[in-house]
Amino acid sequence: MNSTKKDASIQLAKIIRTNALRMVHTAHASHIASNLSIADILAVLYENILNVNWSQPEWPDRDRFILSKGHASAILYAVLAEKGFFPKDDLTNFCRNGSELIGHANHRVPGVELSTGSLGHGLPIGCGLALAGKKDGKSYRTFVLLGDGEMNEGSNWESLLFAAQHKLDNLIAIVDCNAIQGFGATKDILNLQPFSDKWQAFRWSVKEIDGHNHAEIKNVLATVPFSEGTPSVIIAHTVKGKGVKYMEDQLAWHYRSPDGDQLAIAISEIEGTP
Amino acid sequence: MRMAFIESLCKIALQDKRIWLLTGDLGYSVLEPFANSFPERFINAGIAEQNMTGVSTGLALSGKIVFTYSIANFPILRCLEQIRNDICYHNLNVKIVSVGGGVAYGTAGYSHHATEDLAIMRVLPNITVLAPGDPIEVRLAMQAAVTMQGPCYLRLGKGGEPVQHRITPHFAIGKPITIREGRDVTILSTGGILNDVVTAADELTKKGWSVSVASMHTLKPLDEIFLISLCQKTKFVVTVEEHGPGGLASIIAEIIACSGIPIKFHPFMLKPETFATTGDQKYLRSAGDITAGNIVDHVIRLLDPPR
Repeated sequence: MNSTKKDASIQLAKIIRTNALRMVHTAHASHIASNLSIADILAVLYENILNVNWSQPEWPDRDRFILSKGHASAILYAVLAEKGFFPKDDLTNFCRNGSELIGHANHRVPGVELSTGSLGHGLPIGCGLALAGKKDGKSYRTFVLLGDGEMNEGSNWESLLFAAQHKLDNLIAIVDCNAIQGFGATKDILNLQPFSDKWQAFRWSVKEIDGHNHAEIKNVLATVPFSEGTPSVIIAHTVKGKGVKYMEDQLAWHYRSPDGDQLAIAISEIEGTP
Repeated sequence: MRMAFIESLCKIALQDKRIWLLTGDLGYSVLEPFANSFPERFINAGIAEQNMTGVSTGLALSGKIVFTYSIANFPILRCLEQIRNDICYHNLNVKIVSVGGGVAYGTAGYSHHATEDLAIMRVLPNITVLAPGDPIEVRLAMQAAVTMQGPCYLRLGKGGEPVQHRITPHFAIGKPITIREGRDVTILSTGGILNDVVTAADELTKKGWSVSVASMHTLKPLDEIFLISLCQKTKFVVTVEEHGPGGLASIIAEIIACSGIPIKFHPFMLKPETFATTGDQKYLRSAGDITAGNIVDHVIRLLDPPR
């Protein structure tokens, strides 16, 4: 059962990677590498962790998932379509004129909690959702996925203080640490290290994982909150562009869109991976 | 106005369990009645307005009606993008309250003067912008803000604004309240400067002019047809606001221009060049030529220009 479930998330990650590639290629859109770095995290969340229901996207007791790094919207739409929130055929409308599938996450798409795009917005809102859950005696959890570059934003650090102050142990931050941001390596722009220590100093419970290892992702997400009365953060070490060799760790693929030949190579690589 | 605000909020919160109040660590000696009566629905979010506004968004997404509170620019400019992207774009039930609209915090200086707030808030989507003129209008505006669905900005004075209404007027979002009726000039006033405007109107009346005064407690949305018909009743329309360019004057100028009806118009507002001056509220109003005396002198020149 466990191995089947694990395989299911791996299969899901493959599908959403290839769909995100196709979407970004067709739309000539940016951010493919940022999409690929969170593919495994999203696959495990939607396959194994989140208590959500495609037939009732606004079910009040659902777990909340906020994609704070809204520029990875393609792969979020891909996973939601795969999980039945809307027809898979709609994915071909990504970034098309008049479409709801905007290049940054759009709350009008079924299953998307919040429109994002400007960085540093998701965690404060996650705090509000978690606080409401606590005060209303609800059992839902709030998961917020952030980029490491996004942690430059001061608003996040305000939220770190707030979440610990209000003992929001129903709030889980996941940081996609692909170590690259707009203009280069995060360590060369605003070095976040010692990153884990910073979260701990802000009174969060911290775990670090390989953000591409499905067993690790699943195990760590299954044990939240790590400590009662404390918000949890998962520092997920990832590779920008993961799954497509020529994109991996390459800043240029934060911006570039694969042409037809590049798309074919990328898809064959992903489909060829065990 | 602050007291009218907190009394109203407590009264409403007693009936409506969805009401929450978040402050950015301000409101000492004002917010205690709410904090003491509803500790479960009161959050001092600390001196962190971006997070406070984000938290209010999360609470509103969970079905709460959330008031955020701070002074002057702090609950709006510091967290403007959270208001634009999170509250307004998602059309959520967050009511942003700013105390000390205009130059009410006088000698506290430029950092504490809200002189662009109306101009900025009125251009955001979905938001209702309210600037009541006296404590009675504050109470009515509070009720309206809670009843309406969606975001709201409520600009309040700092305190001590005298009551202008002898009886409780009818209050509808978008419709100004007529306080004096006359034939020569219509004075449209927004926010806490209403007392100076009424004083000016009464002075002009003594001098033989027939003056209308309306309190523009709403700046967005507006019943434009009603407003144009109000403006057409007199020879001249003037606006008065404790605010710089882009607020009430711009709104009325836009409406008049788009109506195609020739209406003579003059704005009284603060000039950005005077913002750096040190002084109390009265002094700063005078520096901006928006006192009752300034209004009287200028309106007489408009109505009866020297030949």
